[in-house]
Amino acid sequence: MQGFADSLLHGGILTGLPIELGYALVVAFFAFLVLNFIMLNAGIFSWAERRVWARIQSRVGPNRVGPQGFLQWLADGLKNIMKEDLIPEEADAPLFKAAPYLAMMGFFAAFAALPFAQGVIVADLNVGILYITAVTALVVVGILMAGWSSNNKWALLGGIRSAAQIISYEIPAGLAVVTVVIYSGTLSMQGIIEEQGWAPWNWYMFSNPFLMIAFFVFYVSLLAEGNRTPFDLPEAESELVAGAFTEYSGLRNLLFFLVEWGNLYVIGAICTTLFLGGWQVPLFTENTLILGVAQCLTFFIKTYSLVFLCMWVRGTLPRVRVDQLMTLCWKYLVPITFVNLICAMLYFVLFPQGNLLVSLTLFGMGVGVMVYFFRRVAFHLRRAKPEIYLSPFI
Amino acid sequence: MAGYFENIRETVATIFEGMAITASHFVRKPFTIQYPDRIDIPIQDQLPFRYRGILDVDLEICTGCLACERACPIDCIVIEAKKNKKTKEMVLERFDIDIAKCMYCGLCSEPCPTGSIHHTPEFEGSDYSLESMIRRYVKAPVTAYKVSKEPETDPEVAPILKRGLRYLDEFATPKDT
Repeated sequence: MQGFADSLLHGGILTGLPIELGYALVVAFFAFLVLNFIMLNAGIFSWAERRVWARIQSRVGPNRVGPQGFLQWLADGLKNIMKEDLIPEEADAPLFKAAPYLAMMGFFAAFAALPFAQGVIVADLNVGILYITAVTALVVVGILMAGWSSNNKWALLGGIRSAAQIISYEIPAGLAVVTVVIYSGTLSMQGIIEEQGWAPWNWYMFSNPFLMIAFFVFYVSLLAEGNRTPFDLPEAESELVAGAFTEYSGLRNLLFFLVEWGNLYVIGAICTTLFLGGWQVPLFTENTLILGVAQCLTFFIKTYSLVFLCMWVRGTLPRVRVDQLMTLCWKYLVPITFVNLICAMLYFVLFPQGNLLVSLTLFGMGVGVMVYFFRRVAFHLRRAKPEIYLSPFI
Repeated sequence: MAGYFENIRETVATIFEGMAITASHFVRKPFTIQYPDRIDIPIQDQLPFRYRGILDVDLEICTGCLACERACPIDCIVIEAKKNKKTKEMVLERFDIDIAKCMYCGLCSEPCPTGSIHHTPEFEGSDYSLESMIRRYVKAPVTAYKVSKEPETDPEVAPILKRGLRYLDEFATPKDT
């Protein structure tokens, strides 16, 4: 982005402006673009998620507002904006008001380092993934603040649970990131992608068994950090009303939900960058524009597949208990990632350039698991003999 | 230690199986009936003939015998009928049914000699006031129907009477049993 700003300042439309003002304008422009992008994403995810759950539960889902209910998210947003912004009398008003913005900021700041295509990134930091790990932890400050300032026992419990959960799961997530960084040798998001290839066996996920384990651990940890089912204890509806968000209404509540759904994109994008080869496409053309579009599409397809997986998991698994959550993190994920990290280091010493045979075998095993998975799906369909309806639209 | 790895194996295996089951639901047809507008046949037309919905009265075949009014256990039916001295005919001056009170027991339709008062499959009775839930069937005084030994010949009344008698038949001897 700095290069783009410089090109505008020297010979571009911003020539002659003070350099600080020029940078500020460019930053504001990109912030506006990215903010709109994530708002659209979060909104559409809310609709898509409800449709996905509905199909899992043999329902239809929202299908009245607009074609296939596509505009449902706009209707919900408008409804929330028009609601009264209620602040409880006993609440700590300044903290209560500030909390959603803090959560929003933590999640929004992560987009500064999320790549879209080669060279298309707001800021290609050389500590990209570290920066993302750091700023997404800010969300927990917002949630904890919301829980505490609401002056409500449910909200407080939700906030404390969220803090405990997110901070615990930072450890396996961080260790899984370290496993990748050993191989990439860089923390920059673009650098990590450039170290991988377009073919699945060149992705870090299939590079060796330890990175594959790291991928699954990382995905589970990110689900827990994003407060997604099966780890959505901070807002467990059946126990805590709405957890930390109990007292919120109107636009502030909407912001928290935007963070939750926007986080889906962040989860998908980080996993894609670290493990699934990011925007890598084969060099099929010389035209950089077409190549850029293809890279963007590749990145989005991978990201949205992972987002869909999130929704699917949410429709499948029940919520875990608090003790189970902590057991999973401290007794399983943390030891596994530590052992995994050491094994990955040993493997790196043995094969510094990677081993294509291992990668191909792993990829083959992945395909085999997918085939077995679809056979299981077919088995369940044969057993239940349901009425088949393939179209996603109703 | 064996239990530790067994736990991991079980977690992975059960999640895999659970995901397979939910994936199979993606291609199953939803069970939702999109009442009221997106269904092929209106619900009212799918209900059985004997469905006890909101009461209706066919004034053309009402004999003014007051049997229904007497049968009603909660007095939701109010009828005023007078005998015309000259023509010896019953004249109905008022026939009100308070749907808000009605409990859909069906006791009124059983003693009706012609099946004039009967339940319909109509069930959407919501309204804004109790007052408007009183159905007033008699707008102006009408002469009551008189049952004769001969079959009905009036082309306007005959189909209504036929349907009314069908209500009586169905309620007296259901075909199912």
